Amino acid sequence: MPELFEPKIVAFFCNWCTYLAADLAGTSRIKYAPNARVIRVMCSGRVDPQFVLEAFARGADGVLIGGCHPGDCHYQEGNYSALRRFRLLRRLLKDMGIEEERFRLEWISASEGDKVRAVINDMVEKVRELGPLAKSPAVGRPLEEIAA
Amino acid sequence: MSPRDESMSSVRVGVYVCHCGTNIAGTIHINNVVQFSAALPNVALAREYKYMCSDPGQELIRKDIQDYKLDRIIVAACSPCLHERTFRHATEEGGLNPYYFQMVNVREHDSWVHTDKIAATEKAKDLIRAAVRRVRLHRPLERRRVAIKSEVLVVGGGIAGIHAALTLANAGKHVYLVEREPTIGGHMAQFDKTFPTLDCAACILTPKMTAVKTHPNIMLWTLSEVTQVQGYVGNYTVAVRRKPRYVLEDLCVGCLECIEACVYKQARVPDEFNLGLSKRKPIYISFPQAVPQVVVIDPETCIEFKSGKCKKTCVEVCGERNAIDFQQREEIKTIEVGTIILATGFEVFDAGRIPYYGYGVYPNVCTALEVERLTNASGPTGGEILLRDGRKPKSVGIIHCVGSRDEHTNRYCSRVCCMYSLKLAHLIKEKTDAEVYNFYIDMRTPGKAFEEFYNRVAGEGTHLIRGKVADVYPAPDGDGRLILQVEDTLLSMVRKIPVDLVVLATGLEPQRDAQEVRRLFNIGCSTEGYFLERHPKLAPVNTFTDGIFLAGCCQGPKDIPDTVAQAGAAAAESLALVDAGFVELEPNTAHVLEEVCSGCRTCIPVCPYQAISFVHEKNKAEVNEVLCKGCGTCVAACPSGSIQQNLFEDQQIFEEIGGVLAYA
Repeated sequence: MPELFEPKIVAFFCNWCTYLAADLAGTSRIKYAPNARVIRVMCSGRVDPQFVLEAFARGADGVLIGGCHPGDCHYQEGNYSALRRFRLLRRLLKDMGIEEERFRLEWISASEGDKVRAVINDMVEKVRELGPLAKSPAVGRPLEEIAA
Repeated sequence: MSPRDESMSSVRVGVYVCHCGTNIAGTIHINNVVQFSAALPNVALAREYKYMCSDPGQELIRKDIQDYKLDRIIVAACSPCLHERTFRHATEEGGLNPYYFQMVNVREHDSWVHTDKIAATEKAKDLIRAAVRRVRLHRPLERRRVAIKSEVLVVGGGIAGIHAALTLANAGKHVYLVEREPTIGGHMAQFDKTFPTLDCAACILTPKMTAVKTHPNIMLWTLSEVTQVQGYVGNYTVAVRRKPRYVLEDLCVGCLECIEACVYKQARVPDEFNLGLSKRKPIYISFPQAVPQVVVIDPETCIEFKSGKCKKTCVEVCGERNAIDFQQREEIKTIEVGTIILATGFEVFDAGRIPYYGYGVYPNVCTALEVERLTNASGPTGGEILLRDGRKPKSVGIIHCVGSRDEHTNRYCSRVCCMYSLKLAHLIKEKTDAEVYNFYIDMRTPGKAFEEFYNRVAGEGTHLIRGKVADVYPAPDGDGRLILQVEDTLLSMVRKIPVDLVVLATGLEPQRDAQEVRRLFNIGCSTEGYFLERHPKLAPVNTFTDGIFLAGCCQGPKDIPDTVAQAGAAAAESLALVDAGFVELEPNTAHVLEEVCSGCRTCIPVCPYQAISFVHEKNKAEVNEVLCKGCGTCVAACPSGSIQQNLFEDQQIFEEIGGVLAYA
């Protein structure tokens, strides 16, 4: 494993809680690892399992979904859909050789700027320890095949 | 190549990278990003500018659309929450559909949160690449216009709710004012004098309370609570539970004879309005100027409710007015409103949570609000400040910051305590001539005429001691006095000061049910539990849910002038929406692609708004765009990819994913 491996994390943040939390982290000048790339969706319930697969297939070392806390969804229950899909998908990914630490779902409310820092830093550290997904011995098939 | 791919290759994207002064340019190498952007496929033009949101910045976009025949615009700047609308507008002004625009957040999500300049620059490039790939697939969209109802709901009848309701009613709007207590007035009605002018709270509040009751445009519902909120901006359907008062508001004339006639000769029930410092009867009125001026029966203590065998002397004396109705039942009213103002106020910090101050243990330790009631002429002592045994105190210690600025309780400053403590010091001195000691951490008196008031009170001989009181305990000689132990940080010594009365300047806290209320109205809370405003500076009365506004202490501790100002602002924001007559909604709704829909109905139960129905004739699902709120959950659930969400199409997001991950 290269010493300075910088994992690439794709993060899907919901518009009402986690995206705003990341904005708040910004206005509060909270510093965290620059490895995550945020894609905004209206609700964590919009995150299609295919998005997650696509991200891994395209070279993401980790995928993070951020949504509102249970009971706080702007759309009442989209985050519960996200949770159900997440649980199933994480098992599937594990069977495909993608470690659980590479795929996370976190509830981060609009006031939790510091949690954005904590979650991203923690995820970057854990994924860094696992090493790049492309070179992970757990993944048997070449990436192109998965992507196809 | 599909027709769409073909048309994509001719797309001409303009990329604008904002410096935001040094906010972005200080961390991200703008030049590098611009050069990178210019070389991306489809990018016809890449520019940088110091402030893209400024007029010249927007003008740049408008002009370039014409000069360079751009048909997609990307601005890499701050959060879309701030300026997406600005740049969509500029795009539209340039002659393009406003949705041919994509914003890249390189400030809040990048330059402000990273210190490594190279990494931050790389991140900006990835995000721009993703946006360029995405924006190519954007489609022209139109905002939906829906009519807005002109009625407004104001929740909470304290000074904030009263002021907001009156402002709207005076502008000719119909207002529902819902208050859960038997009277409006809130905390302000309990105060005696108000700082720094020392005008009496009742004198300035009660005329406004009466105005609420008599205003033809205000429907006042006391003893009522909102139980359900449905709909969206402009069209909210709200259910309100009206609890029984057991006295008919229309028939009661407020003569109060029934209270006199009650079979309870003595008042025995602790009076909530006077914080238990006095007693009331089971039939009572909260305070003499209560609005509505109607008595209320407390079924918990009324003999008729407990045994059914009361002589009902109250009914007898009410006579032909027939205002008392033991059969009254709870009612659920459903109303339709366009906007909602939340003015649900605060709760006073429970002083018992700090055990070493002895509240609830030593009788002569009381809270500031209790002293407000004592010093109020209509309070339990008729305006005299007395110890529990009826003596006048000769010395009084006021402890600031009880439940504020404290690691163990609340970290925040409650903003009003220093000023009201100085006010109480003045009132106590005036009424009892006692020695008054104020123990403060920092004296915070920022506000119009506040510092002058502080100087005035200091000049009256109040002892101002800088230090946090560590302990309150009875004097060992048994004379009933209490000793305040404090480190006087100006004298650098520990002092033990004996006083007759200890006043705890308790801080402000969110209402106990703030979490349930915010869920009801689908808004957020800040970490302390106060309702979260849309933007702390630029949208302080808006929430993230359109059409719902905040006023007063439910948003955070504030004094009466600030509360009234905020209530006025909330009313104005509400008016601005209502008076427009319509509201424009984001076009990010979902729609079914009929040719691919297999009619499996997976989408139908996942929609929280019942916006999807099944059309049997066609064997297809159909989304009702009026009901759809654009969460996209059905889109993710559809196994055949036959539901798409405007602005968040699968293909657009796939491009974004590919974009952030493509190594340049």
